[in-house]
Amino acid sequence: MSSLDPRVNRLDKKKISEGEVHTNTHLITWEVFHQEKRGKQPVHVGIVHASTPEMALVLAKEQYARRGKTTNLWVAKTTDVYTFATEDEDIFETTPEKTFREPAAYKVRDRIEKFQNQNKVEI
Amino acid sequence: MYGSTNLTEEEAKRMNTTVEDPEKLQQFEDRIARGEKIEPGDWMPTEYRKQLIRMIEQHAHSEIVGALPEGTWITRAPNFRRKLALIAKVQDEVGHGQLLYSAAETLGKTREQMLDDLLNGKSKYSNVFNYPAKTWADIAVIGFLVDGAAIVNQTINSKGSYGPYCRALERICYEESFHLKQGHDNVVYLATGTKHQRAILQDAINRWYRPLIHFFGPPDKMSAHSEKLMKWKVKLASNDDMRNQFLDMYVPKILELDITFPDPNLRKNSDGIWEFSDPDWDEFKRVINGDGPCNKERLEVRRYAEEAGRWVRQALMNPSEKYKVPLA
Repeated sequence: MSSLDPRVNRLDKKKISEGEVHTNTHLITWEVFHQEKRGKQPVHVGIVHASTPEMALVLAKEQYARRGKTTNLWVAKTTDVYTFATEDEDIFETTPEKTFREPAAYKVRDRIEKFQNQNKVEI
Repeated sequence: MYGSTNLTEEEAKRMNTTVEDPEKLQQFEDRIARGEKIEPGDWMPTEYRKQLIRMIEQHAHSEIVGALPEGTWITRAPNFRRKLALIAKVQDEVGHGQLLYSAAETLGKTREQMLDDLLNGKSKYSNVFNYPAKTWADIAVIGFLVDGAAIVNQTINSKGSYGPYCRALERICYEESFHLKQGHDNVVYLATGTKHQRAILQDAINRWYRPLIHFFGPPDKMSAHSEKLMKWKVKLASNDDMRNQFLDMYVPKILELDITFPDPNLRKNSDGIWEFSDPDWDEFKRVINGDGPCNKERLEVRRYAEEAGRWVRQALMNPSEKYKVPLA
């Protein structure tokens, strides 16, 4: 093999495997959370493959902190993250009308003014 | 054709004959028609899963193998700033490969199975990386035009239906905007430089023109179609449409530098469609099937890395930990 890349020409040819290759080393995966700034929520950004949390953090730094600002990264084993089943999405659709949970639904100014007019309240 | 959606006749036939639960299929197709994304835990047709794995896996391999021709020039970059930019770009490409393997993994094929298929020649990667980077000008042309073509493809695919693939592509497109800009910067410096710099740039354009025309795959009239892949938003634009968009965006940016393309028939028609000479689709097929200038070298480098690094990966293994398909 004569390559344009001198590093390729220096490769130990005995180490180029022949025949079928079976990689067969499945490292476990870690879910990665990225915190951009102090005070911001850590956000899930993806996974890395690693055998220890330390290695997962190093790889997460290379993969998810190359650009912009990073304050911290969290990693958690994929097997330690529990979720609802995707097909159970409808459990979040409870009552369709939920304005009673919103501040904008509570307007009392009209009522106060009516009361003041009727009762001649002066301040 | 970063990740190919061209089907063999056999695959096209299977697409139309595989029987799925009609009720689930209807719900799945309705969801896609409403513009909603499919997530890993969702029910999906067998062929949807299969075609996505194939496409994302090929895309991942392309990123990993694509780092090789460019990596060649890190040690010989003409100055420190260019060297920093090239190191950063090559690191990004390998990172993109990892992001894409992760997305494909959520569909149930492990990263290691994908790597095995690459090393054993069962799985393809983009043809464009089977050509050599002979001079520094090749790095400029790859950074500008190969990445430009890739961004056309990836931006379109990021509007697809599979959530994890879309998320990976959005991150990739964001990062690749820098690749494109530094590639353009590099091309412009060579084009406005000495006679020799202009000459190596022209030579690089002459050699990369055909692989770039090949990049988006065979013309629509030559490739097997599946309306289902379009309906399922796995394929979002035809090869010819993507190629036309690429030519429209990038040909003028080369011509304005008084650099030419080695094709007297390259021109835009009044209807907005670009015409070009037959780019020898037999060459495209030969290179895909292993007979390109660098196929052997690319695979040997990857096989070396696999063999030489195996003891490290084995030492890192923790046998008590069980691999589980990642969540997203």
